[in-house]
Amino acid sequence: MDGSYHNQALLAKLAVVAMAMFGFGYLLVPFYYKLCEVAGLNQLQAADSVPRNTQVDEGRAITLQFDANLRDGLPWVFRPLQTTAQVHPGQFVQVLYEVRNDSDQAVLAQAVPSYAPQAAALYFRKLECFCFTQQSLRPHETRQMPVVFLIDPAIPGDMPTVTLSYTFFEIEGVRPQASANGKGRDVARL
Amino acid sequence: MTTRLAQILAGLLLCLAAGAARSQSKYNFQPPQTVIAHDIYDLHMLLVGICAVIFVVVFGLMFYAIVRHRRSVGHQAKQFHGNLRVEVLWTIIPCLIVVGMAYPATKTVIAMKDTSHADITVKATGYQWKWRYDYLGEDIGFYSDLSTPREQIENRASKGENYLLEVDHPLVVPVGKKVRILVTANDVIHSWWVPAFGVKQDGIPGFVRDSWFKVDAPGVYRGQCAELCGKEHGFMPIVVDAVPEEKYNAWVADQKAKNSAAVVAAASAAGKTYSLDELKTEGEKVYAKNCVACHQASGQGMPPTFPALAHGKIATGPVPGMVDIVMNGSKKNPTMAAWKGQLSDTQIAAVITFARNSFGNTLGDMVQPSQIAAVRN
Amino acid sequence: MQAVLERAAGGEPVTQPKGIMRWVRTTNHKEVGTLYLWFAFAMLMVGGVMALMIRAELFEPGLQIVQPELFNQLVTLHGLIMVFGAIMPAFVGFANWQIPLMIGAQDMAFPRLNNLSFWLLPPAAILLVASFFAPGGATAAGWTLYAPLSIQMGPGMDMAIFAVHILGASSIIGAINIITTILNMRAPGMTPMKMPMFVWTWLITAYLLIVVMPVLAGAVTMLFTDRHFNTHFFNAAGGGDPVLFQHIFWFFGHPEVYILILPAFGIISQVIPAFARKPLFGYRSMVLASCAIAILSIAVWGHHMFTVGMPAAGQLFFMYATMLVAVPTGVKVFNWVGTMWEGSLTFETPMLFAIGFICVFVFGGLTGVILAIAPVDVQMQDSYYVVAHFHYVMVAGSLFAIFAGLYYWLPKWTGHMYDEKLGKWHFWLSMIFFNLTFFVMFFLGLAGMPRRIPDYALQFADFNKIASIGAFGFGLTQLLLLYVVIKCIRGGEKVPARVWDGASGLEWTVPSPAPHHTFATPPVVE
Repeated sequence: MDGSYHNQALLAKLAVVAMAMFGFGYLLVPFYYKLCEVAGLNQLQAADSVPRNTQVDEGRAITLQFDANLRDGLPWVFRPLQTTAQVHPGQFVQVLYEVRNDSDQAVLAQAVPSYAPQAAALYFRKLECFCFTQQSLRPHETRQMPVVFLIDPAIPGDMPTVTLSYTFFEIEGVRPQASANGKGRDVARL
Repeated sequence: MTTRLAQILAGLLLCLAAGAARSQSKYNFQPPQTVIAHDIYDLHMLLVGICAVIFVVVFGLMFYAIVRHRRSVGHQAKQFHGNLRVEVLWTIIPCLIVVGMAYPATKTVIAMKDTSHADITVKATGYQWKWRYDYLGEDIGFYSDLSTPREQIENRASKGENYLLEVDHPLVVPVGKKVRILVTANDVIHSWWVPAFGVKQDGIPGFVRDSWFKVDAPGVYRGQCAELCGKEHGFMPIVVDAVPEEKYNAWVADQKAKNSAAVVAAASAAGKTYSLDELKTEGEKVYAKNCVACHQASGQGMPPTFPALAHGKIATGPVPGMVDIVMNGSKKNPTMAAWKGQLSDTQIAAVITFARNSFGNTLGDMVQPSQIAAVRN
Repeated sequence: MQAVLERAAGGEPVTQPKGIMRWVRTTNHKEVGTLYLWFAFAMLMVGGVMALMIRAELFEPGLQIVQPELFNQLVTLHGLIMVFGAIMPAFVGFANWQIPLMIGAQDMAFPRLNNLSFWLLPPAAILLVASFFAPGGATAAGWTLYAPLSIQMGPGMDMAIFAVHILGASSIIGAINIITTILNMRAPGMTPMKMPMFVWTWLITAYLLIVVMPVLAGAVTMLFTDRHFNTHFFNAAGGGDPVLFQHIFWFFGHPEVYILILPAFGIISQVIPAFARKPLFGYRSMVLASCAIAILSIAVWGHHMFTVGMPAAGQLFFMYATMLVAVPTGVKVFNWVGTMWEGSLTFETPMLFAIGFICVFVFGGLTGVILAIAPVDVQMQDSYYVVAHFHYVMVAGSLFAIFAGLYYWLPKWTGHMYDEKLGKWHFWLSMIFFNLTFFVMFFLGLAGMPRRIPDYALQFADFNKIASIGAFGFGLTQLLLLYVVIKCIRGGEKVPARVWDGASGLEWTVPSPAPHHTFATPPVVE
């Protein structure tokens, strides 16, 4: 019948659209990260290339603050060894963070950086950072970890203070206690 | 007659708006205490004014039609169904109104985002279900917990003036200084909101997000968590004590002194040995403040999310297992926090002892602060 | 019980199943419409009871009736059930009854799919209600299901996810059915620009449904795999971001609220011309405005996220785009007033609800514009101001429009006039109690009361008491509606084909009650 053919053709087309939109929902995920990357908002977990212009801008000083957080349940103590620093854009900076594993087991964790203001992320060139790799600490081990970076001289003038904050998350599946129970995991799977 | 009606309506609306603006009444925002809060307040009044005018015009016309263009007074319907000029006008004019609203709003948006040149930086971390404040660069940090007694919430005592809006350790900030506040969260999304400041910033676990405020006048300002974060979402208020600069500096010095004293005290307490009764008494206090919301006064909990301590597997099991859960939280159930950061060795030892000897549990054993200290290190 | 429904031209069925099986197997658009409407009413009652439990707890400060955990579950399920179980199925019920009648079609394009779309709903509803009895109770993450809180929830969350998938499937299948019916099965001579506004708004709504419901399905599936299969879409630890959930959810969520209101606009556009006895003012611009609203609605989701920490550029974009939606919406309101202007108005119950809709929807809509202003939103986000706003547009908006349509078309469906006096009582009581309940919530929000809390500070007590009283009044008033509807079904003054003297449209050319089969031969439209 003529009518029902047209109906079925339209049904097929609309069903395809519906399925495509389901895929689009998933596509929003990489789209979101790409947008964040382009806007400089997301953390990049790989070493940055050093910018061509590493001329130190002596005329400007940026106040850096260093912050540390743990996700609940991680039996570590985590702190920056210095809480602030005054740096010039273009100047190489090394800062140390200290972690201590207070438990009786080896623990594997990953640090995630965050910047305030967010836009500062675009201008942080990290050459070495403990956030690039998972960190494993033996029972009761204390370790000092460096972050080596410079701030791109292109950083605009409206960010005289920048806070660099790290949060350590435990990697699941390493410690025997860490159950693979689906609920409420706050650990990394990388 | 109906133009009169419209005039009366307009007048009433304006009175209402004016009244709301003037009175510190419950019909408008809380009195603004920062420049941003002032801006928001004024912006809102402008918007309400524009909306009031729109109401009067639209409803005036509609009610005119209802009264005059009805069949029961014999009005005949005119069969028009369009008028290009009118339609163009009533599309363009709203566009202009919208642009007019957007302009002052844009300026405020940009001002709210400018966290540069702050005098102090504070980090607010949302936990389930309390806040923690850290003063970056000062090595001062503390938890800020609801201090309204449970009896008031459960209607067994009459409610105090600042019911649900009081904490044990408020955030202290200097008046007239730009405070940059970094908001994050430990577990789920929370939100730090102080209406008098015009500040609301969501705390996203894993990230810090900054905002700022500069308080005009000294006072105590109260707010609440503004993002659903679990069962005690309504019970984790924010209290900010804005004090003159000298008082603030004195407070900072005092806090630092207390920190070192606390370290000393904890160390000495950790060395002491307590009796079972001493531990149970102290433990009962710790329990009432920190554990009762989930594990209940009866120790029955609310299984499965909040296990019973009464005859509970862990509470009556080996001591090290219970110590680990209380210190480090539960992997399986993240609503069980890691208390090692919030309670001293003595408090942890006491509450474990209390739980193992209450609610029908009769283990008779006790845990000394030194045992907790050993695990901690 | 075998049944063969003979589809002879104008012929009566040979045999048809009786009793329950008739309703289980029906493929008749009128019967499916009836099923949807009864289901929606039942869900309105279930969601309403939850609302009353919430308001009972909030009557006074302190915890009296429910513990915070259960309170949050009630808040969550109230939202899910009202949105997905009451409002959306009610509008689909209207679509089923009215679209074929209004376009001169014999039935929907896919009658058996139509049956499936409906029967997917009761299992989903049972899942949602049953989730209260799962270990840990129903999900308590708010109907918006934000991660990571929703990831912490127990099995009740998984039941809700499953229910949302089923509800989404039902909506998508229904939307495909509606689009196909409208595009392919209009009577000869009914060009698109001759379609009634109700048909237009449903066409646009159906397209929106197909575009956004699958995205919701994606979002809750991501929640599901984050919960159980070690993905980390919303977990910063794994390189994910909790805010990503909000983006995906609101990409669905904002168009969803327009899905909830566009059919309401369509109903109002049918009712007002009938009782003004003149054609709809600005039909063409109504169509354009509805399209504009739908398209713009896809670009404004960020206004639910002004406080997450997005950069100023993001706040500004979403603020401007959201404010822009006010323009076509305003145009629609002006067109309705323009329809009333110089009309010959009478005020039977459908018209009362339509006028009530305009009054209260304008209020809700303008508070939406206020919320769109990002700095002001920073004070109002997650406060009772937002709760008031969306109840104004969804209850006074969608629900009152549903009531208007119900009174308008019930005589056509049943062949009897409803009791006009009781209908008017229903209207006035609903209006008064609705405003009593929700108007004061604007002040609560301004004063600083957050939402989703079971207990509150003392300065919020007076308005909460008023709101709770209003809520009980509003809830009880809806029992009056039930009485009116049942009374009308059972009997009443017989009505002619053209029930309302000012009404126009193909549905008024068939007898009242509308026969089981109509338009077996399509009419010709001039």
